[in-house]
Amino acid sequence: MKYLYYPGCSLKSTGRPYDESLRAVFAALGIELTELDDWNCCGATAYASIDENQAFGLAARNLAIAEAAVTDGPPTIVAPCSACFLVLTKTQRYFEDYDHVRDGVTRELAAAGLTYRGHVKVRHPLDILIHDVGLPAIAKLVQHQMKGLHVASYYGCQVVRPFATFDDPLYPTSMDAIMRSLGAETVDWPLKTRCCGGSLSGTIKEAGLRLNQHLLVEALRKGSDLVVTCCPLCQFNLECFQKQINKNYDERISLPIMYFTQLMGLAFGIPEKELGIRRLFIDPLPVIGALKGGVPAHV
Amino acid sequence: MIGFLSTKHRNKNGSPSSGRIKKVVRRVKYESELDLGFGETIAERAYGQKLLSCIQCGTCSATCPLSYYMDFTPRRVIAMVREGFREEALNSFTIWLCASCYSCTVQCPRQIHITDVMYTLKREAIAREMFPRRYPIPILARGFFDIVHRNGRNSEGRLLLYLYLRTNILKIFQNTRLGLHLLRRGRMSVRQEKIHRKEDLRSILGAVSPTREEPRS
Repeated sequence: MKYLYYPGCSLKSTGRPYDESLRAVFAALGIELTELDDWNCCGATAYASIDENQAFGLAARNLAIAEAAVTDGPPTIVAPCSACFLVLTKTQRYFEDYDHVRDGVTRELAAAGLTYRGHVKVRHPLDILIHDVGLPAIAKLVQHQMKGLHVASYYGCQVVRPFATFDDPLYPTSMDAIMRSLGAETVDWPLKTRCCGGSLSGTIKEAGLRLNQHLLVEALRKGSDLVVTCCPLCQFNLECFQKQINKNYDERISLPIMYFTQLMGLAFGIPEKELGIRRLFIDPLPVIGALKGGVPAHV
Repeated sequence: MIGFLSTKHRNKNGSPSSGRIKKVVRRVKYESELDLGFGETIAERAYGQKLLSCIQCGTCSATCPLSYYMDFTPRRVIAMVREGFREEALNSFTIWLCASCYSCTVQCPRQIHITDVMYTLKREAIAREMFPRRYPIPILARGFFDIVHRNGRNSEGRLLLYLYLRTNILKIFQNTRLGLHLLRRGRMSVRQEKIHRKEDLRSILGAVSPTREEPRS
């Protein structure tokens, strides 16, 4: 299996552990990822708040590069960041559905000598893992069963809403299924797609932190040992603001928040160094088991 | 037709002040003060006349995780837009608090693209500079826009510096520890990420006239 890979800006900075662990896990599964040549920012939510025509052009440059890069069959981009995934899918969808978007994008790309015909498929790693790789192939690679570990899967909002077709927009289950194939138990957590507030934690702090407090408290009440997520901003908000949440709302929360690919990597026996575990603020290894040479000792 | 009361016409502290004579204020708007084409304009820019067929069921407000911080719930914003309460809609905090989680959009029984409505209102408010000075959300959006426009990629560290310098410089110190933790773990850098073919991007972004939400007279 071969795909084009669109990491996005976050996976080069705060989301680095996601990038590292995703590459390691996909390599272990025999999936070849080729980073998209000279990709640019998708525009996220902020760019469209200023100028929508430009925002579509910005995102479409990536689609045009992808279309030019693959000559056999329709190109598929794997976009692990939720914002990137949403913006690229939205651009693709609006390009198909609205004439004025298609005309605008075509004109913008032509100014740089690029063309786009609308053939790119934008897919999320969860979609690839469930539908292309399959759960049995994942289970086969597991060396260390995550027995007894209670995992809350946090999807966040933009990965399942509103354009994704691979899972339910309000109560998705793909990440939970992957976690169970690692031997872990998944908790029934109705807030799994409730918004973390995105950049509100940096702008309107009270609103942003409250949303995250609710998510964390509820995850603990459901008996979670740790939270796995598939979005760099969710991971950042839930993990890096735990101290401030504890201080502001008199909580005593210390809940590891990791990328689902990191837990997959640990289960596959991939050394923790290649998974960016040490880049996390809250070490998940004591919960999973003390490490010995990259292998959780309790298993 | 007359409209319902708006923030602008509401008594500032909401209750009669002690002993002082209350000022007489008009609590409704005359039709002549409304922008009657506003609903049509926003509907068109937000991908659909469906906005005009909103049944005011309130599913959007109920599902919105931020509605309890909003001055007007999403349902009321839609009603205001449709009836032409332009000033009230654009001055509302609601449009800025929307974090684009698309809960309302996927649950709306009328399939109104509510998130796109909020984006359209944000752009309109930014074009008219209808937001308080130093209000962080539009400033963050502008900073992000400028950085990406110039370099093709975002740099989270630089964006936060931009935000704090333009809103509240003290926040730089409040967030120093978090920044250091991120730096030490290799999760933040002050280096500016760039794409190679910047001239391509410049041609793309300059090719169409900006989506200026033409201020309506």
